[in-house]
Amino acid sequence: MKILIIEDDERARAYLRKGLEESGHVVDSAADGKEGYFLANSQPYDALIVDRMLPGMEGLAIVQALRATGSKTPILILSALGEVDDRVEGLRKGGDDYLVKPFAFSELLARLEALVRRAEVESVETRLQVADLTMDLLSHRVERAGRKIDLQPREFRLLEYLMRHSGQVVTRTMLLEKVWDYHFDPQTNVIDVHVSRLRRKIDKDFGQVLLHTVRGTGYLLREPTPTDP
Amino acid sequence: MSPRQLIRSAPFRLALAYVALFSVSSIVLLAFIYWSTAGSMVAQAEETIEAEISGLAERYRLTGLGGLVDLVEARASHSGAGSSLYLLVDPGYHHIAGNLQGWPAAQADEKGWIRFKLEDRRDETNQRVHEARAKIFPLRGEYRILVGRDFHDIESIQRRIVSTLAWGLAITAALALIGGALVGRSRIRRLAEINRTIGEIMAGNLSRRIPRRRAGDEFDRLSTNLNKMLDEIQRLMDGVRQVSDSIAHDLRTPLARLRNQLELLHEAERDEEKRRAVELAIQDAENLLTTFTALLRIAQIESGARREGFAELDLPGLLKDVAEYYEPLAEERSQTLRLVLGDWDGPVSGDRDLLFQALANLVDNAVKYAPSGGRITLGLESEGGRARITVADSGAGIPRAHRQRVFERFYRVDGSRNTPGNGLGLSLVEAVIRLHGGEIRLEDNAPGLRVLILL
Repeated sequence: MKILIIEDDERARAYLRKGLEESGHVVDSAADGKEGYFLANSQPYDALIVDRMLPGMEGLAIVQALRATGSKTPILILSALGEVDDRVEGLRKGGDDYLVKPFAFSELLARLEALVRRAEVESVETRLQVADLTMDLLSHRVERAGRKIDLQPREFRLLEYLMRHSGQVVTRTMLLEKVWDYHFDPQTNVIDVHVSRLRRKIDKDFGQVLLHTVRGTGYLLREPTPTDP
Repeated sequence: MSPRQLIRSAPFRLALAYVALFSVSSIVLLAFIYWSTAGSMVAQAEETIEAEISGLAERYRLTGLGGLVDLVEARASHSGAGSSLYLLVDPGYHHIAGNLQGWPAAQADEKGWIRFKLEDRRDETNQRVHEARAKIFPLRGEYRILVGRDFHDIESIQRRIVSTLAWGLAITAALALIGGALVGRSRIRRLAEINRTIGEIMAGNLSRRIPRRRAGDEFDRLSTNLNKMLDEIQRLMDGVRQVSDSIAHDLRTPLARLRNQLELLHEAERDEEKRRAVELAIQDAENLLTTFTALLRIAQIESGARREGFAELDLPGLLKDVAEYYEPLAEERSQTLRLVLGDWDGPVSGDRDLLFQALANLVDNAVKYAPSGGRITLGLESEGGRARITVADSGAGIPRAHRQRVFERFYRVDGSRNTPGNGLGLSLVEAVIRLHGGEIRLEDNAPGLRVLILL
């Protein structure tokens, strides 16, 4: 993916660039709001990472200006927690996701990949499949290897989100936001209990494990690889 | 402004007090006027009677009974309208001369004064009884002479004085009342304006200031001082925010980098023992970050800025979500988590993310402190028009002495130092409830703790 970082803090910029390049992405960066806006307009990017407080042109102004010209590039907005938690404002002005600084790089990467995936899969799906696990979104029927699995409504939404982002790491905060629709810092990992419950239902009696825990980050639902047990 | 509001307002009450004071002083003043006019008229009449009697006595001494009769008749006929009364009687109280027909029945005092009723002889259609006052003067040989005054005129003057004074008093009071209301209204309007502005500021709009009218009065001075105070508060809050920003940026950022570096190290490290050490370091960095985040979050909530984002929310739905969120954890610990939704269905305005977090913290504590197999109850009822949320557990509870202090930052009930946590969970809950203008209390659930929230 080709990603543009607009961030004035040099260390943060270098840190993001290094991390993203190590994850195999192509990165452009700008330290100044106007320069960033110019770059975003002149070349196609798969995603933009925009800091809120920027010299030259404010982060949200860049987002607004880009959306006004019809750009649909996914944008992840960064902001310092000290300011008012204005997630809503950031999203209303055209941001696709909002991340409060400082963040774990894994969180940023997971969110960025989810954003790009969402932009790609704009079509309305009625059926999801990962290996032999299938989900019919119309009849709410979940099967693995042809066997029906009974899920609670919340478990269904959890699995749906994981399946829509199969092959991608999703963090606990992302699950809390997208599946429970609450934005806050989970103090204890209650979500782990929900996931392990789900795992008991979809993985326990079947040979291969689909739902993996990514240590320190979150979860990953993916097709089994030959090296899996 | 409703009349109720007007009556309850301080300026109007002040005006009322002034009306009362004014009325009392007016009454005193008018009483003095009455006494000095009406009272002196009586005294004057009495003096005249004394003078007449001494004149008549002199005449009697000089001219005897005959001369006296002539003079009495002459005076009685002069009296005309009959405000002066004369009567000369023989020892058998028979009329000899004078314009009074019969000897009055009243008993005389030691100085010979009597007071009696007199029927009005001038107006046949309007028979009225007047007060009359007279003095009796005994003559030689049991003859008696009475000289008096019909008080009809004095009475009517007195009546007029009284009614004039009463009207004067009523008009004075009415004018004072109207004046008080008018003066009060403009003051009340100013005060209401100030109150409204302060309300807006308390609701989170810190940039508002109280308008001034350049009248240079006390209200302008009050507004100026309040505005200065608000500037100061805003300056302090900006300071706090700057410190928060600095903590967020200068402390949390390197800490986050540290953790990320440790994670990279962890991934690269193959030696199992070193990996374990790095894992512990990551865990510590993680805890520090969590504490910083919680502190900043509390500071942010307490600044009140989030109040601007309040929206109407579905409280029962929110409680259902909390219960549903924690149900698996409780089940894992063989605890029962019960949701009891009572009769509450009123509107609540607030920040659903913050309320969720507050209730999640409480249920989290309950799950943490209730024993295996224990009970946790999350309830919602209405109490006097407010929503009453309870989170009760069957754990060890919190001793009474600690109950108020647990809301302090970093405060931990001694025994629970061993359990994980940073001592900020309840501080955050309290900050959230305060932001929503609610109350929070800790009670004994016998056994266990019951947290009671009124919104």
